[in-house]
Amino acid sequence: MEEKTFEPKITAFVCNWCTYTGADLAGTSRLKYKPNIKMIRVPCTGRIDPVFIIKAFEKGADGVLISGCHPGDCHYNTGNYHARRRWVLFTELLNYIGIDSSRLFFSWVSASEGKKFVDVVTEVTETVRKKGPFIQYHKINKEFVLDE
Amino acid sequence: MNELRQLAKELLGNGTVKVIIGYSEGTTPERAKPFIARTEEDAGKLIFNKYCVNNLAVYLTRKEFKRKGTIGIVAKGCDVKAIVQLIQENQVIKDDVYIIGMNCGGVVSGFGVDDTAVKCNNCKVKTPHLYHTLLGAPVETPAKDDGHLKLIQKLDAMTAEEKWSFWEAEFEKCVKCYACRQACPLCYCEKCIADKSMPRWIESSAHTRGNFAWNIIRAFHLSGRCVGCGECERACPAEIPLSLINRKMGMVAKKEFDYSAGMALDAPTLVGNYDTADREDFIK
Repeated sequence: MEEKTFEPKITAFVCNWCTYTGADLAGTSRLKYKPNIKMIRVPCTGRIDPVFIIKAFEKGADGVLISGCHPGDCHYNTGNYHARRRWVLFTELLNYIGIDSSRLFFSWVSASEGKKFVDVVTEVTETVRKKGPFIQYHKINKEFVLDE
Repeated sequence: MNELRQLAKELLGNGTVKVIIGYSEGTTPERAKPFIARTEEDAGKLIFNKYCVNNLAVYLTRKEFKRKGTIGIVAKGCDVKAIVQLIQENQVIKDDVYIIGMNCGGVVSGFGVDDTAVKCNNCKVKTPHLYHTLLGAPVETPAKDDGHLKLIQKLDAMTAEEKWSFWEAEFEKCVKCYACRQACPLCYCEKCIADKSMPRWIESSAHTRGNFAWNIIRAFHLSGRCVGCGECERACPAEIPLSLINRKMGMVAKKEFDYSAGMALDAPTLVGNYDTADREDFIK
């Protein structure tokens, strides 16, 4: 089957208290956003182990979005501060290894920012669509399946 | 060497330490091996020279040593950095370790070779920064080219695709023996994420995909913690240049957070803490 247009696959790791609720608000407000995003709810952005992001790429994601509460608003007080520091290191590491960190998106979306959530998702989807599929990772994924 | 044996004998004799982790001669003189001195007699077998490559701090977090009480350890500057980082992370109790600091003029890069390791070229801790007793005379060595730095700059200048193919070729060689983890004094988790099978986060087969995951996660877990002792690279049978990643992450930690691992006992750890003023220009 030949694909005519490339539909990016995007995995989103969102925090339960802010972004997930924000996405909920977008829904109840009947706002429309791209269906390319697959959301995974986690308790806090501090719960997002970088291995999740690697796993997402392994499972065929072309982009990953990570979103949580604004600094200072964390339900667990400091989860997002800790996470933020890790992301600085992790994005640098990915860039160094050759995994373009422009496929990785971070945002703060609070529970009241349904509109912002829609904007973020739209922007992420369009950016990844322009960048095209994550060929390098897809290649090693494919090799892996053949080996099995 | 005599002063080391003399000191070890005293320490073991008067009960200051229960055991001393040090080096003894291996099967050939250029193969110094880790050695645990338990008795005053054992103290006579301790040696220290440029072939003492191992970072012995790796033993400090082992249960069988922890329950022994105070442990003496023969440590070069780079090993002391690892010990300091372990104390910072509350893995080793400060009073439970007796550091015999050694003035070091650089060690060889591995068994059976005579060239000095690259990590020693620009070493800033030839005289350890923390010790209970300091032995040996300070060694002056001529400054050499920092081999790693040049390679890192070269890599930094590459495009993402070029970097990917460079690391793909390197990681392809990985056989998932986890020697890098075992040799690392700071990889002390009792259950490593690579060993978790439900869910299996890091594929255990030596395939490029799992190799990427393993090497990225290993490097990430050591970012801002790696003291640059180079043991992972020395232990690697596939000769993957792990120091290039670790060093780079150390540079990032220095640049972004002005943090150097293992330098100050009372410094808060990098990833265990945060600052409200941390950079967030990449977050929308």
